[in-house]
Amino acid sequence: MNIIVLAKQVPDTHNVGPDAMTAEGTVNRGALPAVFNPEDLNALEQALRLKERYGASITMLTMGLPKAADVLREGVFRGADEGILLTDRALGGADTLATSYSLSQAIRKIRSDRGLSGEDFLILCGRQAIDGDTAQVGPQVAEKLGLPQVTYVEEVLSVEDGVARVRRHIDGGVETVECPLPCLLTVNGSAATCRSRNVKRVMANKHREFTQWGAADIAADPAQIGKAGSPTNVKAVRNIVFKAKESKTLTASDEDIKTLVNELRRVL
Amino acid sequence: MRRINDNFSNRVTDFKTMNTYTDNPEYSFHLHNNDLMERIVELREKNFREAVEYDYAPTDLEDALDSYEKVLEVVGDINANTIAPNAGDVDAEGSHCEDGRVRYAAKTAEDLDATVKAGLCGLTMPRQYGGLNLPFSVYTLANEIISSGDAGFENVWSLQDCIETLYSFGTEEQRRKYIPLVCNGATMSMDLTEPDAGSDLQSVTLKATFSEEDQCWRLNGVKRFITNGDSDLHLVLARSEEGTTDGRGLSMFLFDNRENKRLNGRELTVRRIENKLGIHGSPTCELVFRNARAEIVGDRRLGLIRYVMSLMNGARLGIAAQSVGIQQAAWEEAVAYARDRRQYGKEIMQFPAVFEMIARIKARLDAGRTLLYECAKYVDLYKILEYTSRERQLTPDERKEMKTYSRLADAFTPLAKGMNSEFSNQTTYDTIQIHGGSGYMQEYRCQRLYRDARITSIYEGTTQLQVVAALRYITNGTYLSLIREWDVDDERIKEMIARMEESVETVKSHGSQEVLDICGRSLYEMTAFTVMAVLLRRDSVRAPELFGKSFQVFLNLAQSEVARHADFVSHITPECVGNYKTVTPPSVIPL
Repeated sequence: MNIIVLAKQVPDTHNVGPDAMTAEGTVNRGALPAVFNPEDLNALEQALRLKERYGASITMLTMGLPKAADVLREGVFRGADEGILLTDRALGGADTLATSYSLSQAIRKIRSDRGLSGEDFLILCGRQAIDGDTAQVGPQVAEKLGLPQVTYVEEVLSVEDGVARVRRHIDGGVETVECPLPCLLTVNGSAATCRSRNVKRVMANKHREFTQWGAADIAADPAQIGKAGSPTNVKAVRNIVFKAKESKTLTASDEDIKTLVNELRRVL
Repeated sequence: MRRINDNFSNRVTDFKTMNTYTDNPEYSFHLHNNDLMERIVELREKNFREAVEYDYAPTDLEDALDSYEKVLEVVGDINANTIAPNAGDVDAEGSHCEDGRVRYAAKTAEDLDATVKAGLCGLTMPRQYGGLNLPFSVYTLANEIISSGDAGFENVWSLQDCIETLYSFGTEEQRRKYIPLVCNGATMSMDLTEPDAGSDLQSVTLKATFSEEDQCWRLNGVKRFITNGDSDLHLVLARSEEGTTDGRGLSMFLFDNRENKRLNGRELTVRRIENKLGIHGSPTCELVFRNARAEIVGDRRLGLIRYVMSLMNGARLGIAAQSVGIQQAAWEEAVAYARDRRQYGKEIMQFPAVFEMIARIKARLDAGRTLLYECAKYVDLYKILEYTSRERQLTPDERKEMKTYSRLADAFTPLAKGMNSEFSNQTTYDTIQIHGGSGYMQEYRCQRLYRDARITSIYEGTTQLQVVAALRYITNGTYLSLIREWDVDDERIKEMIARMEESVETVKSHGSQEVLDICGRSLYEMTAFTVMAVLLRRDSVRAPELFGKSFQVFLNLAQSEVARHADFVSHITPECVGNYKTVTPPSVIPL
């Protein structure tokens, strides 16, 4: 089985000090240590369990500054086989749309380079990153690749005969679903925590360098990457203190969604 | 940030950013201030020629030290995030004896799984068998760190070092068969003690008979107080020579319990697990061997006199590390509580009666730890020379070197084990005292540490036996001449040395073995306090920010201890021995 684990290097928001924000209200990345996004570690653990059970080759894929190679190395320390770093100035400043486009292009390249057209292929990633908290990148990557996806995965129960059986975390309980391969799974923080580094792997890979790809390598359309490909604009960042007043529970019905949109319009 | 937590199961403590190794610079100090390390690595890595064959082998000294550092970071991570937070649950649950087998506490199994997945197995074994080829000093650091999280788990984990005995004395075939198993996580135990053979192992009766029919040895009998008694691989001391009654009739055997466990066989069964005061994570078993198929390790008749002695020295260094780990944990608890608890409008840490106690705890911790690593490096060097001697002939200089360090390891092991185990008892006692009434409650971690510490001065040779082991080096001047070599430039320490020397002479002048034995503990402590003062002073010069203050505190303590013992020794004469012997009249002991 071939598994790609998407991972992101994020500022460690668990260790927020007084300098965490700049005067302008943006994240002061220099003051926060960079860490492996926690739910991506949950995804890696699921990948490692599949590797133990079925045998698999795990490739870590990340996009970011050259320093983001640290998460690839961390993944290899814990049991991943390879890592690819997507890094290029042209890819910078991307929102979730441009990010997922770039990642999906990289995944296409991995699949074509390695001749992985078959079913024996799985993409795992964390539900969301702790800096952006959007939970959009995973699902968008799946959409762009035209693959089925399962979100909020707590445990991959089995991957047999081209079908992944997974338990997902839903409101008020869990649900077990089956999904044909190839597919993308986003893994929830409630899944098993990732094992720690393996010392032999640490000693063997501490100086390891990784393949770096730029925009040209993944044949990216310049209009769809970086700032150009990002329709999201941050208008302003404000410090607010949440005060709960009342809450409404909405269903997924068209009517409720319409109500929500209207409500949001009114507030904004 | 240091790891500070308590045992409240409902109190959420975020361990995620904690790492026992990187949070405590003392560990790194001892890794990088080992003046024999260059020599140890040189021999261990055989001029770094394994780097060609193994991707995880270092290419030079700097690379090796960097790898050691990274291994210890993994240990520190697992300890802070898995082992330490699990310790309270492990203590509450304990191990289970079910149908003749041991089932670990759920969290012990989790701890073990974490260490195996992290590859923390076969740490000191050569790479050709799948080991990490780490120096003993590094292994000892790992051991100490794990003990600070859960001393009971440390037992289960560190028994992997029994494999050293098989590596040293087994055949090449046995090495190839068993060492890789341990490097992949097989657990071990050393089955020595029996109901009537505790400190006196010469009385072991478990019977080993060679079966001509099966062409193998068979073990029959009972072992008691066996730590991790349902482990995968057992080293068993048994009587192979019928008709003998002393140590020379004993041989060492290896019993492979894996198949027996898998099939729940009866060749080895666990009759019961002891209900202990502490270290609940470590199952202490009574074992029954019934016709258990075993292999002999090494030569017949050398089981006790050679192999157990080797096993024991390793185990004692392990207990010394375990004791220092407990002291570390207790010190953290004491500091955390003294800062948190307010009385009379301020933190109790502000009161001299409290901060003096905490200062002493830290001073003993730093002093005991430097003694531990001094000992570990001697063990390291002589062991690696011994291993080297099996691959090539040692040069005359190397043979001399081996002899020197073997003797120093022998002399320092009882000091490190005895003193640190006693320190861990005193320190955990003081930690409860600092907690006041709360410390007596089950909710606080300090009471577990107090219970866990209690065994350290008993097993693998009681403190009294450590005194006996050290006494000959005290009377023959080994420690004294070493201290002189260290050339101490400190008036107070010089005075301590003089008093120690004087006391040894006074005791010897009586020419009485009984006087010597009664004064043994005092001479031992005078020696140990003096040695530790010298070592901690050296550390304080190298890293004043870490040890400058604790050295001053320790010096006050050590000097007063030496004076106290000197005073005691001066009053013990052959004439007063009788008082000690008969202070309890025989008539008060009911028959």
